[in-house]
Amino acid sequence: MVKIGRIRENLPADIVMKGLGKQYPGTAQAAVEGVDVTVAAGEVLCIVGASGCGKSTVLRMVAGFEEVTSGTLSVATEPVSGPGPDRGVVFQDYGLFPWLTVAENIAYGPRQARLQRPVVAERTEQALEAVGLTRVSGSFPHQLSGGMQQRVAIARVLANKPSVLLMDEPFGALDALTRVEMQHELQRIQRAAGITVLFVTHSIEEAVYLGDRVMVMAGGTAHGMPGHVREIVDVDLPVDRDASSPEFNAIERHVDGLVHAGHAVRS
Amino acid sequence: MSAPARPRVRVAWGTWLLALPVPVLGLLLWHAGVQGAWVLPFGIQMTFLPEPADVGLRLVDLAVGGVYDDSFSGTLWTHLGASAVRVLQGFLLAVVVAVPLGVLMGRSRLVFRMLDPTVNLVRPNPVTAWAPLTLLIIGFGDRSTVFLVFLAAVFPILLNTISGVRQVSGRLLEAASMLGTPPAQALYKVVIPAATPSIVGGMRIAMGLAWVILVVGETVGIDTGLGAMITQAREQSRTDLIIVGMIVIGLAGFAADRLLGLVFRVLFGRRPILR
Repeated sequence: MVKIGRIRENLPADIVMKGLGKQYPGTAQAAVEGVDVTVAAGEVLCIVGASGCGKSTVLRMVAGFEEVTSGTLSVATEPVSGPGPDRGVVFQDYGLFPWLTVAENIAYGPRQARLQRPVVAERTEQALEAVGLTRVSGSFPHQLSGGMQQRVAIARVLANKPSVLLMDEPFGALDALTRVEMQHELQRIQRAAGITVLFVTHSIEEAVYLGDRVMVMAGGTAHGMPGHVREIVDVDLPVDRDASSPEFNAIERHVDGLVHAGHAVRS
Repeated sequence: MSAPARPRVRVAWGTWLLALPVPVLGLLLWHAGVQGAWVLPFGIQMTFLPEPADVGLRLVDLAVGGVYDDSFSGTLWTHLGASAVRVLQGFLLAVVVAVPLGVLMGRSRLVFRMLDPTVNLVRPNPVTAWAPLTLLIIGFGDRSTVFLVFLAAVFPILLNTISGVRQVSGRLLEAASMLGTPPAQALYKVVIPAATPSIVGGMRIAMGLAWVILVVGETVGIDTGLGAMITQAREQSRTDLIIVGMIVIGLAGFAADRLLGLVFRVLFGRRPILR
C-alpha cells in the first residue's frame, strides 16, 4: 500500500523496531532476527557490519521493500506497509530515471503526489539548491559524474519532504575524495532539515563520522546464524568531528572490535 | 558537464574524402569490366551488365523522363510511392501488434511462457518462404505484400520489446514505488520509458527488413512498386532497369531509416533513446 498525496510537512519521525526479523520463505533460518532499537526523530543511526549481516535487509524493511516476518516496525507510530515518499531511499547505484532530466527526476515525487505546479516548481528549486545542482537542472543523469548523480538522488528524495532518510551504502560507488565531500554535504543537509537518517555502510570510519549512534550487526547465512545486533554504540563526540583525533579513533577501534569479534559472541 | 562541441565541418570533409575513393574505383572497374567482357569469380559474365553510364541515364529517365521515352520513363515516383505506402502499412501494423504484445510478454511470466515457444518456432522461418503460401491464401495484390512486410517487421520489434521490458532495472521500479507510484502506473511511467531505447532499436531493424522484403512481396500480380518494376525488368531482361531498381530500393531504405530517426527526434527531443 502506498500513501499517495500525503505529503506532510518536514516533521522528522522516529523509527521503532521491536524484535524485528526477516525470514525468507523456504529457508531454514532467519536472515535477520531480534533487532530492537528506537531511532529518535532527528537522529542519525548508522548500521555497520560485514557483508551479509542483514543491515540492508533492516533498511529495506523500514523502506517497505521487504515485508516484516517477525516483530514490529513503526515509523512515527504507524506500522510500515509499503514504500512511500515519507521514507525516502537513496541507493548505492543512484536509481535515477535516465530518460528524465535532473529537474524532472526531482519533480517526479511532487508530481506523483499531484501537487500544484507552482508548488512542484518550488520544491524542485529548493531541492536543487539544497544539493547545489541548480546549474545542471536541464542535464540528463548520464551526463553527470557519480557524485552529482548521487546528489540528484538525494534531492529527488528531499523534494518530497520526507520524515526519514534511508541510505543504503550511498557513497560506496564514489571515489574517496567525492565520498568525503558527500559526507559533509549529508551532514549539512541533515542539520538544516533535522531529518531522521538511517545510514547503512561498510565503512566503520564513515559510520563513526556521521552517526549519533552506530548499530553494529553481525552474523548472516554465510556464518550459519541469523543477522543480529551485536551492540549499539553511542558516538559521544562533538558535532564537527575530527577523524584523526584520539577520541574518534577510540570509538572507531571499539566498533571495529565489535565488527570483527568472533561469532560465538552474541549480545 | 557536457562534452565540448566537436569541429563538425572538419569531420564532414574528412569523411567525404575517405568515402569517395572506393566507390569511384568500383565504378571505373565496373565500366572497364563491361567493356572488356571480364569474367569474375562465380562465373559472373560482365558482358551481360550495363555500363555505369547506362545505369545513370536510366535512373535519370526513370525519374524525370526525356532520355528514352518508353513505358518506364518518369515512373520512378509512382513505383516509389506505391512501395512506400505498402512498407508503411506493413510496418505500422507490425508496431501496433508487436509493441503491446512485447510489453505483455515482457511483463508477464505466464504470457511469456505460453507464447514464447510458438514465437521461436515461427521466427526462424525466412519471410521469403512465406511468399508462395501468402500469394495463394491472400491472393494477388497489395494485401499480400503488406502481409509479408508485416511478417518481416513484426519479429525484430517483438523480440527487442520483450528484451527491453525484461531488462528494466528493478532498482528503477523500487525508486518509482518509493516516490509514490502505484504498481498499476509503473508500467507506463517506468517500464515503457526504460524499454524505449530497445523498442526503437527493434523498429529501426524492422524498417530495414521491410524494404528488403519488398522485392519478394511485389513480384506477382502487382504492376506498381519497385519490386514489381524489377520483376517486369527481369522479364524483359532489362538489366539497367534492374540495377536502377536495386539502387532506388537501397536509397529508399536509407531514407526511410533517416526519416524514422527524425520521427524519434521529434517525439523524444534530447532524451537519450540510444543506449
